[in-house]
Amino acid sequence: MIEVHDLVKSFGAVRAVAGVSFTARDSQITGLLGPNGAGKTTTLRMLYTLMRPDSGRISVDGIDAAADPMAVRRSLGALPDARGLYKRLTARENILYFARLQGLDAEQAQARSSELIAALDMAALADRRTEGFSQGERVKTAIARALVHDPRNVVLDEPANGLDVMSTRGLRDVLRGLRAEGRCVLMSTHIMQEVAVLCDRIVIIAHGRVVADGTPDELREQSRQANLEEAFMKIIGASALQGLA
Amino acid sequence: MSAGPDRARGPGTAPALVVFVKECRESLRDRRVLLNALVLGPLFTPLLFLVLMHLIVGRELEKAERPLPVSVIGAQYAPNLVEDLRRQGMAQRPPVADPEGAVRDQSVDLVLRIGPRFAQDWNAGRPAQVELIFDSSRQDLRGAIDRLQSMIENTSRRVGSLRLLARGVAPALMAPVVVAVRDQATPAARGAMLLGMLPYFLILTALLGGMWLAIDTTAGERERQSLEPLLINPVARGQILLGKLLATALFSMSSLVLGLLAFLAVGHLLPSDEPGLALSIGPRFILLALPIMAPLVLLIAVAQIWVASFARSFREAQTYLGLAQLVPLVPSILLMAVPMRPQLWMSAIPVFGQQVTILHLLRGETVNLPGIVIGVLVTLAAAAGVFRLTLRLYTSERVAIAG
Repeated sequence: MIEVHDLVKSFGAVRAVAGVSFTARDSQITGLLGPNGAGKTTTLRMLYTLMRPDSGRISVDGIDAAADPMAVRRSLGALPDARGLYKRLTARENILYFARLQGLDAEQAQARSSELIAALDMAALADRRTEGFSQGERVKTAIARALVHDPRNVVLDEPANGLDVMSTRGLRDVLRGLRAEGRCVLMSTHIMQEVAVLCDRIVIIAHGRVVADGTPDELREQSRQANLEEAFMKIIGASALQGLA
Repeated sequence: MSAGPDRARGPGTAPALVVFVKECRESLRDRRVLLNALVLGPLFTPLLFLVLMHLIVGRELEKAERPLPVSVIGAQYAPNLVEDLRRQGMAQRPPVADPEGAVRDQSVDLVLRIGPRFAQDWNAGRPAQVELIFDSSRQDLRGAIDRLQSMIENTSRRVGSLRLLARGVAPALMAPVVVAVRDQATPAARGAMLLGMLPYFLILTALLGGMWLAIDTTAGERERQSLEPLLINPVARGQILLGKLLATALFSMSSLVLGLLAFLAVGHLLPSDEPGLALSIGPRFILLALPIMAPLVLLIAVAQIWVASFARSFREAQTYLGLAQLVPLVPSILLMAVPMRPQLWMSAIPVFGQQVTILHLLRGETVNLPGIVIGVLVTLAAAAGVFRLTLRLYTSERVAIAG
């Protein structure tokens, strides 16, 4: 479970995140939805302890991120905004590298990598160098290496970015699988269709603040709109809609 | 996939080692790295040296020994003079019709013109004139012109002395001051002057050997967007940095070792049997040079990583490091321009100290042990200092975020 309380982060005069609070529960997919520049990536970066918040609190499975960032990193699997692979290594070697950095020994690392390669249907490309991988193959490899330490919490920053229809469907299956295993899944996106089909809970962010938080049904009810897209429009306000796909 | 609690963590390899192995493996798969760090870098400097040495030594031999071709006009007016010049190494060439024109269009290098009045003046004891026609703007003739002039002066002086003697005057009166040259350079030391650039070339080999990795594992990693995922792992930044540093240093050191071995191989081809060029490039040199250079290699590697970490792209880092390559050139030029007596304080300056010590070794002089120890300690301390600077950079949020 991921709990975020009143998070604030500024870059110079710009307040990128201005008091974000939400909870992402186990066995649920929580969607962080907002237009570009709403503060989603910054929030997630603070979550996986790459940035320190100016104020506010983050706890992952009850562990305070400020007090024990290493423990938080161990209990999180992260697919950050940057998802570069090492192109002179094979997909399997990319996954193994992160497995070893997560502290798995050689044997565990091998076993876990093979497990993920099978689960993500990557057997055909596992032992090819990642140079020349398609966007979908790259995202798959990046997801595999994020899950290699079997984290209870999975955080994904715009996972569907740049994926074609087939890969997007594959990604949805993977995320639903993670939910079925009881994990806490938190993903950011600016694509409404994504949250609509996937998420159990939606947190809408605009201008660095949470403007709505609830199940899709609750949001529809709250905005008195039958259509989820109309609901977003109403909640975020037309000004913030620029950049929303 | 099972969503169990965290699996039991194994005894665990040190993360630095994991990073080190991965960086080495990845680099070994890159043909450009192999070519640059392990072939071109180590071979380039010894070969360049071989060519330079042969050129320099060849020139000097040329000056001293080769017959000097001179076109002589009017040789019949001064047979004694011509004969005397020929004994000193002049190769007489037939006269040319238009000496000024021939020199200008470079079909002839040097023309000696003797006028018909030469014999008359000579016999009367008056200064007899000869003309030397040449083009002083031709750099390659400098030596030849000087040589011919000094040949003529030699003859003139000797004949003058004989004339004074014939008149009962001691020729010594003509030379109130004489200079006796007592060059104290040992033959090996004179050769080492030519090799004064060798320390720089050794450092350059180390620089080139590590450069690619230093860039690829920092700026390159940032550019390819893999730094952020890497830093999300539960590993101290110091460990990651240490792994990258060790990989860079290993390639740098390999390059240096290969370079030294190449020098050893090429050493036999150097014209060292010529007097003054006997240098001590042997197994002893290599065995002593390696421990002297090893801390410097570490310092170079960490400095390269530090500089490259400021860059956002591979290309930007290449520009920075290209400029940084010139830094170790400064002490080399200084040492060549202002020959200094080796002193202990020099050892305390990284890069400079190593260059002085390597020069010492090349000259076959005894090694100054306290100097070496001080050099090693200071260089290691400097490497640790730069490592801390880099670590501070890596713990800042600025570096962590790609793009």
